[in-house]
Amino acid sequence: MSTVSEPVSLSAPRGADAGLTPKQLADKYGLAVSGRRPGLLAYTKQLWARRHFIWAFATARLVAQYTDAKLGQLWQVVTPLLNCAVFYLVFGVILKNKDGFPAGTYTAWLCIGVFVFQFTQNAVQSGTRAISDNLGLIRALHFPRASLPIAFTVIQLQQLLISMVVLVGVVLISGIDPGRTWVLVVPALILQSLFNTGVALVMARIGAKTSDISQLIPFAMRAWMFLSGVMFSIQDKINSWPPFWQKVMQVNPASIYMDLVRHALAPVIYNKHVPQHQTLPPHLWTYGIAWAVVMFVIGYVFFWKAEEEYGRG
Amino acid sequence: MADTDLEKSLSVQDSDVAREPTVVVDDVHIVYRVHGAGSGKGSATSAISRIISRKRGSGVREVHAVKGISFTAYKGEAIGLIGSNGSGKSTMLAAIAGLLPTEKGGIYTNGQPSLLGVNAALMNELTGERNVILGCLAMGMTPAQVKARYQEIVDFSGINDKGDFISLPMRTYSSGMGARLRFSIAAAKTHDVLLIDEALATGDQAFQQRSKKRIDELRGSAGTVFLVSHDNNSIREVCERTIWIEAGELVMDGPTDEVVGRYERGERP
Repeated sequence: MSTVSEPVSLSAPRGADAGLTPKQLADKYGLAVSGRRPGLLAYTKQLWARRHFIWAFATARLVAQYTDAKLGQLWQVVTPLLNCAVFYLVFGVILKNKDGFPAGTYTAWLCIGVFVFQFTQNAVQSGTRAISDNLGLIRALHFPRASLPIAFTVIQLQQLLISMVVLVGVVLISGIDPGRTWVLVVPALILQSLFNTGVALVMARIGAKTSDISQLIPFAMRAWMFLSGVMFSIQDKINSWPPFWQKVMQVNPASIYMDLVRHALAPVIYNKHVPQHQTLPPHLWTYGIAWAVVMFVIGYVFFWKAEEEYGRG
Repeated sequence: MADTDLEKSLSVQDSDVAREPTVVVDDVHIVYRVHGAGSGKGSATSAISRIISRKRGSGVREVHAVKGISFTAYKGEAIGLIGSNGSGKSTMLAAIAGLLPTEKGGIYTNGQPSLLGVNAALMNELTGERNVILGCLAMGMTPAQVKARYQEIVDFSGINDKGDFISLPMRTYSSGMGARLRFSIAAAKTHDVLLIDEALATGDQAFQQRSKKRIDELRGSAGTVFLVSHDNNSIREVCERTIWIEAGELVMDGPTDEVVGRYERGERP
């Protein structure tokens, strides 16, 4: 520029490089455009290199969450239990839902549903805020941004694992004996975690661009909860529906993951020789695997596509 | 001692040796789009009318923050950026860090420049200790490296000089303490290009001395340091080259003594 005071600028290349334009100089020394999005494979490698960060972030957040509360970490278990108690009172006792289940199993059925649905619900909600609530961190340090929504899903998973201990207690108190099917909880939760990560990644990108979405999320989640049959059996209600809508209800991922865990922990509810038994929709595992893989891949690619834009402007 | 080094390095620059560039800024324009700058985004009626009329631009104002700046920085340089408030210094720095998109022109860098600003908060509800670990892990260190560097970072920051503050949440820190810890974390890693925004002015005297030493070390390990500051003395002490930016345009680019001298006298070339 003409405003540079010296005839020989400190910027000008010297020696062998003299006379190169800035662009040529950058190319010659292999300089890259600042802030450009890496390829999908390179991105995955970077993300893998930050796995310790993701874990440390999740643990730190989980610990910090209840630092102000006197009862501290106890709330992680008490909150969902109180939820269960309210649902039990309204849907179990007042609306008499528990009469439609094998004797004494409604509490276990309800609690599993509430805990499992909450895992997805929290992943969606914290995913939406993963970027917008952490702009300071994003603007201060360089790391693959997908670390944040993934870390928030890990937090929810850690929370669920704590709740699982309580859940096992509830199931045992309900008089359901431990069995071989309990092992199936592990693959079911792995699939749900993958699904949740995908959803959190999608919501993180949307939430980063449109903060209005966080106002809508609670309503959407409430609608999803009632349509998924968390506190009443949706299967009984949809029998008279047109086949298309029956199909739609059956592939609802929230119902699928709840049913997978319910069937694993309390198979007696679905036992055909027990009066009032529940029917399990077909192809649960197939749908569960498909949702997990498809949602994770879509979410990951969708989030990566806007990697260079998070925290900008 | 330092002055003779400086003269030596300046005389070397006159020779015909090709230098390795680390940051190339090529005719860069940066435009901010500010939403809600127009009248009453907050009122419901205006929001609805905006949605109905499908007009996007009504509430959006454009601010042309950087207007065609070009320069090239080389390995081992420490470059000061000066100019009055709102002249575009911090914007320029954020763009070099890759945090702001350029409207026109290109910024090419060697590796990933790291921006170190006093405003960039880590996680306030966590203890300083956790922040050190998280910050280092986020920068890509392995847990073993973090363990090895941890004590060094805490000592450097001087957070524990007046008692055990590192185990308290960061929200209890004074702004100076927070800035010191953040600088210490970011400076723990060797960066190819380190961008510092006003960080030096915040710490106390002892910390300023330590950070100047650390910046020299970073330059020694073949990096480039950019420093934005309103403290001309710290620019003089740290940088041998200074770029003067005013209203988004490059006014002057040259040896610090000359540029800062004319800046202080208000003599625009």
